[in-house]
Amino acid sequence: MHPARQQRVMIVASILVGSALAIGLLLYAFNEGLNVFFTPTEIAEGKVRPEQNIRIGGMVKVGSLRKEGLEGTRIEFVATDTNKDIPVVYTGVLPDLFREGQGVVAEGRLDADGVFQASTILAKHDENYMSAEVKAALEAAKARQAGNGLPPAAEGVSP
Amino acid sequence: MMQWLYKLGSPRHFYEMTTGFLPWLAGATFLLLGIGLVWGLGFAPPDYQMGDNFRIIYIHVPTATGAIWIYAMMAAMAAMHLVWNLKVADMVAKSCGIVGTSFCAIALFTGAFWGKPTWGTYWIWDAKLTSFLILLFVYIGVMALRSAFDSETSASKAASVLTLVGVVNLPIIYYAAVWWNTLHQGPSVLGDRDASANPPEIWIPAFFSGFGLIGLLFLIVILHTRNEILYRERRAQWVQELLTREPIHA
Repeated sequence: MHPARQQRVMIVASILVGSALAIGLLLYAFNEGLNVFFTPTEIAEGKVRPEQNIRIGGMVKVGSLRKEGLEGTRIEFVATDTNKDIPVVYTGVLPDLFREGQGVVAEGRLDADGVFQASTILAKHDENYMSAEVKAALEAAKARQAGNGLPPAAEGVSP
Repeated sequence: MMQWLYKLGSPRHFYEMTTGFLPWLAGATFLLLGIGLVWGLGFAPPDYQMGDNFRIIYIHVPTATGAIWIYAMMAAMAAMHLVWNLKVADMVAKSCGIVGTSFCAIALFTGAFWGKPTWGTYWIWDAKLTSFLILLFVYIGVMALRSAFDSETSASKAASVLTLVGVVNLPIIYYAAVWWNTLHQGPSVLGDRDASANPPEIWIPAFFSGFGLIGLLFLIVILHTRNEILYRERRAQWVQELLTREPIHA
């Protein structure tokens, strides 16, 4: 290759490597600060001070959802990452996709009793899309398997 | 192969070689896009949770993926322009910037309108959404930098360098949902997990609309590059001849 061209290739390569290195170090320094929510395990490890405004993320534990008050606007549920649980209390309107067994992100603060007082609830959607018929068939298959005493197929739920 | 590439690097050959190819590309694009959008928006079964809201993915996913890949193409062109001083590469890069910006904006808007009914919010500052917003700013920055110079040579050099710096953002967008926890879901996997999720009747229309949008992207890039060639080579004899030979319809 022509020496001048070779030099220009080096310049292009050094721009790429240099910017990747700079941004890489920056991201490494931020590390967990870039996470949009804390998991119940991280809260159990004491990474959060009480009364600090944070977001938590997890799955709405199946069987934990309770609605109270006028038209069920005061709700209680347990957010879990399957390792640790955290009770959540919220008053207000829920997104349509909020339901048991689904991902949830809650904004609010942890009170002194370890209960998360949520001011906003967001539903987290996973990367799977299915039609109602497929979902029904899947549920039926799972019920059949459970009836046979077989373990139900592991369902991939993104945390 | 090398000779073919070499020829494509000359503005005149690029212009002449794309002339015959354009109607085919346009036909294929509108066919694919038509099938994909009518099928996806009209006939694909609604999602079991999101209902008809999910149909927005037939536009959101291809435009978002497209915006990332056009950037990669723009960066490859920028590198070629810097190393070999290829004029056509710079013109293609400029065209990529325009299409990329539009795709980026469409992906952000459709995502916001999907997010409101699904998540409960239009926007959240998570790693995926934020890095994608930065992509839009980089696209706009490259265009702004290009138009800030009077000299075309300095403009294209500066734009190429900034484009290369922005490449670092691409893997961050792609892996954001894997490296950090985000509200945005990770990329969908097809044909995995005993095919219960993302069945063919949902992803086949996405395949059509996806390829349709890729076709549209190339179509606009080529059309814009041809205009750019005519403009920058306006003093060349072949352009003068072309313009006087072909009748111009107002």
